[in-house]
Amino acid sequence: MSEIEIRNLSKKFQIKGQQIVALSEINLNIEKGDIFGIIGMSGAGKSTLVRSINFLEKPTEGEILIDGVNLAELSARELRKKRSEIGMIFQSFNLLEQKNVLDNICFPLEINGIRKKEARKKAKELLAVVKLEDKEKAYPSQLSGGQKQRVAIARALATDPKILLCDEATSALDPQTTEAILNLLREINERLGITIVIITHQMSVVTDICKKVAIIDSGRLVEEGDVETIFESPRSDAAKELISGKTVGRKTYSELEAERKIRIVYRENSAYEPIISNLVLKFNAPVNILKADTKNVNGRAVGEMILGLPDDKELQNELIDYLKEKKLVVTEVTEDV
Amino acid sequence: MFDAKVIQMLLEGVRDTLYMTLVSTIIGYAVGLPLGILLNVTGVTGLRPNRIVYRIVDVICNIIRSIPFIILLILLIPFTRFVVGQSYGSNGVIVPLVVCASAYIARVVESSLNEVDHGIIEAAKSMGANNIQIVFKVLLVEAKTSLITGFTITTGLLLGYSAMSGTVGGGGLGDIAVRYGYHRWQADIMITTVILLIIIFQIIQYIGTKIASSLDHRKR
Repeated sequence: MSEIEIRNLSKKFQIKGQQIVALSEINLNIEKGDIFGIIGMSGAGKSTLVRSINFLEKPTEGEILIDGVNLAELSARELRKKRSEIGMIFQSFNLLEQKNVLDNICFPLEINGIRKKEARKKAKELLAVVKLEDKEKAYPSQLSGGQKQRVAIARALATDPKILLCDEATSALDPQTTEAILNLLREINERLGITIVIITHQMSVVTDICKKVAIIDSGRLVEEGDVETIFESPRSDAAKELISGKTVGRKTYSELEAERKIRIVYRENSAYEPIISNLVLKFNAPVNILKADTKNVNGRAVGEMILGLPDDKELQNELIDYLKEKKLVVTEVTEDV
Repeated sequence: MFDAKVIQMLLEGVRDTLYMTLVSTIIGYAVGLPLGILLNVTGVTGLRPNRIVYRIVDVICNIIRSIPFIILLILLIPFTRFVVGQSYGSNGVIVPLVVCASAYIARVVESSLNEVDHGIIEAAKSMGANNIQIVFKVLLVEAKTSLITGFTITTGLLLGYSAMSGTVGGGGLGDIAVRYGYHRWQADIMITTVILLIIIFQIIQYIGTKIASSLDHRKR
């Protein structure tokens, strides 16, 4: 049984008499202990999706099962109990501005009727987990973005949840802080075994921390699987766009145009060998590097490169065969780089 | 400048004015605060939107606030007589003051609560908070600075209105100003009452602003 089961989920909004489909027929299983990324462009419906998991948004159709329990069948009281077992953090942190750090972390415990003394003890332990012991009396306005998100994480963990939902949790942070927060999330996942669901529009967040990913485009689930597999050979347009950058609406530089373009993905082992140089030397043929990038996928360097090949058809096939022989993943690229 | 009798009268005026202002503010909040919460909760973006309840409270508040206070004083005379047995004197004017204040306070409270960031409410929901907890532990706490500012403004307004009630024999500084200044042309007494009102108003405003800013943790 999956920890989170999303069955045939659809969500429609009525805005000024017009029906807007935010999500349509989403099916997704998230296993216990996973770090699961849900990625999509803004407006794709990912925030609605994550809010459906704890029923902040009630689905129009379909079901959400947490540990096999159908949320729609719970009473209001049972649902609130269930929600307290699911932590959530947000892009805008959403800390209580008039409470200090310690009281913010105590807040979910207070709501659940835990005695103040006990709550404070727990809050102090959590402050140590997020490494903010010296800030317990500070107010949110005195903290930086990264510190605020740490407090929010501590607060979300206060009720010992089994699941942590992260709604664009790093989108308001700079790259260094993002990395620190992601490391903290990974640590929490490993130490406490909490299932983490990460909503983001940044591919780097997914490749950095997630084991599995689902790609949402216009309210539909277009692709799902292991991060490495999808990074190497994305099938959907949305996945390609998220991995290689936006292609729509950008003019191609005429000098970058080539008749046939391929995308190659290489890993650490192949990254050591100068494959492109060898290729050029061996075939005595010019290849045009149109784009090259190395990304960190779950701690391993994975690179992608887009090559423009010479016009000769036969030569093209020879080059591709050579690259495949070197165990690189080769895919054709039809759209503009 | 004044003999002991006049000074005695002015002091009593101050006492009556403070009495009317404070009592009507307190009772006004006892009625207006729950109404303001109700408006916020049943509003379109509230915790429990309810168009009918919202409309009813909304319209009542608007009607009361659209009637000039001096007219409300007269309109409510039968009601006042029914409630406190007399329509004049300090206790008599407290009734219209409370009616007017409640409608005003409901609106002030509603707008203070509307300012609370929706994300914070959503976070509380995600922790499993129920609506009552959200109102008392999130909305009222997060909006406290704005609520205190609103309280100060309301008290200032009621101070002015209590003076206005002098025209129907409400007692207090307003009453003195009308009787001596208007009917008897004793400008010195009238000016003194005006100065006293200004001083009281300044003190209320000063204390209110101080408390509000000392309790605010948002900026620093």
